Amino acid sequence: MDKDLFQYLLRLGDNTLVLGHRVSEWCGHAPVLEEDIALANTALDLIGQTQLWLGLAAEVEGAGRDADKLAMLRDIWGFRNLLLVELPNGDFGRTLMRQFLFDAWQVINLGRLMKSSDPRVAEIAAKASKEAAYHVERSADTVVGLGDGTAESHARMQAALEYLWPYVGEMFVGDDVDAALVAAGVVPDPASLREEYDAFVGRIFATATLEMPESRFTHKGGKNGAFHTEHLGHMLCSMQWLQRAYPGASW
Amino acid sequence: MYAQMVKTDGTGVKDRAEMSADEQAFQDRIDRGEKIEPKDWMPDNYRRTLIRQIGQHAHSEIVGQLPEGNWITRAPTLERKAILLAKVQDEAGHGLYLYGAAETLGVTRDALTEDLLAGRMKYSSIFNYPTLNWADMGAVGWLVDGAAIINQVALQRTSYGPYARAMVRICKEESFHARQGFHIMMKMARGTKEQKAMAQDALNRLWYPVLMMFGPSDKDSVHTAQSMAWKIKMDTNDELRQKFVDQTVQQIEYLGLELPDPNTKWNDETGQYDYSDPDWTEFFDVIKGNGPCNVDRLAARNKAWDDGKWVRDGLMAHAAKKTAAKLAAE
Ligand SMILES: [Fe+2]
Ligand SMILES: [Fe+2]
Ligand SMILES: [Fe+2]
Repeated sequence: MDKDLFQYLLRLGDNTLVLGHRVSEWCGHAPVLEEDIALANTALDLIGQTQLWLGLAAEVEGAGRDADKLAMLRDIWGFRNLLLVELPNGDFGRTLMRQFLFDAWQVINLGRLMKSSDPRVAEIAAKASKEAAYHVERSADTVVGLGDGTAESHARMQAALEYLWPYVGEMFVGDDVDAALVAAGVVPDPASLREEYDAFVGRIFATATLEMPESRFTHKGGKNGAFHTEHLGHMLCSMQWLQRAYPGASW
Repeated sequence: MYAQMVKTDGTGVKDRAEMSADEQAFQDRIDRGEKIEPKDWMPDNYRRTLIRQIGQHAHSEIVGQLPEGNWITRAPTLERKAILLAKVQDEAGHGLYLYGAAETLGVTRDALTEDLLAGRMKYSSIFNYPTLNWADMGAVGWLVDGAAIINQVALQRTSYGPYARAMVRICKEESFHARQGFHIMMKMARGTKEQKAMAQDALNRLWYPVLMMFGPSDKDSVHTAQSMAWKIKMDTNDELRQKFVDQTVQQIEYLGLELPDPNTKWNDETGQYDYSDPDWTEFFDVIKGNGPCNVDRLAARNKAWDDGKWVRDGLMAHAAKKTAAKLAAE
């Protein structure tokens, strides 16, 4: 088994799984009907991408697991998502800001992955990047609309950005897993995405009249599984409950 | 049925002699099977009744997101989660489409929403029941969407054009939901001992509330005659309920589950199933706001609306700024 590729695929699949789950928590509770539909749509896309990434991860692992077993039967230390995506939804502003911060990275990363030397990775990236392009367009629009809306919406978006910003840096921190795959031309160097990312989100924040925080401090521990937040465990409690309570059943 | 006990304001169906010339011409159009379109003349009563009916239907789609949304975060597999998300998303889309149809009658979506949130308008009684185990996601699709379809297929022929067209589109998706729900039930009914127990529990709990979806029995249904004359109701409550029972009993047997009502029996004389009436006291309690979830459902919708106010205001303010900037540039 290619251990590094397996780890990297878990990272991609866990990002979309955990964020898709978070977004799906909004179902029926959004500020306006159009947003209910849009959030469900985003969650749906993310869960679909999860099936592809975790499906490939399971194939690479070759241990008889499948995407569902990976999603439903790993405990916290097995998860490889960015801390950013496991943070609780907060208000709608924070949810959309988190979505934007993730989408902006995802669209750049997927663009590079489309040129992966591994055709299986390139193929999934090509499919996912169409959805990601749509997501980032929408989340950027909403960040702009709310940032440059009323005084209250502006204040809420600025607060959301400040809360979430310390979780952004993790996207760009590379480790041995990345290094091995970068050398093989399978994935881009995470650090190499930062410049484009900062330029893009900076442009959107300027339009949104939001101030981009200066600090580069970053929390880490999600993508290598060393230090998740306390929030992830609670999510797994509901997400994995049926599979844990009734092992081996087919649904 | 997603609209129950929709009031018609009049005192019953008018005799032709009592009708004005406009009313006569209107009734003639309906009797000929013509569609009434938004710009056509229509009696005020017809308009008001339709607003109530379509509004109630739209509200049901919206509140109906909640009992199913209750299981999205606990769906047992990625595929089940995706299917459920897509279904709930469809229901929100139905709401949007129906509010659109209501707006052609001269109300706004926001005004209807305020009426729902203040408890002035109703939604289907079924959504005041809880979803307690995963099989409910099967049973709701199979039975609740199934019951809705029976009513809505008939409403595809309703006299008001925008409503009829909305029904055509919605029915296609509802059929899909019902099939997916039945598929979950099959998995559960043929699964482990525990899964089968969940399936039976869901069926037992939802059976009578689903029968109530069609509204009170015909003898207690005061508004039916006028609505039928206007063709905004195509069959009586009891006719629709019977149709539902007849098709569902066979499906229950196919699933290998016990009939929730031991009095369900084929009647050779009538060529249909006999069945027990639901407890109508319970039904009227639920309608009055005393169902197991009424308070929570309405509170959840109010919270979403109140919490979302700053978002709606912010987006509106931004849109206004953009328009102003565009005008200034011209
Ligand atoms: Fe629906
Ligand atoms: Fe429905
Ligand atoms: Fe449906």
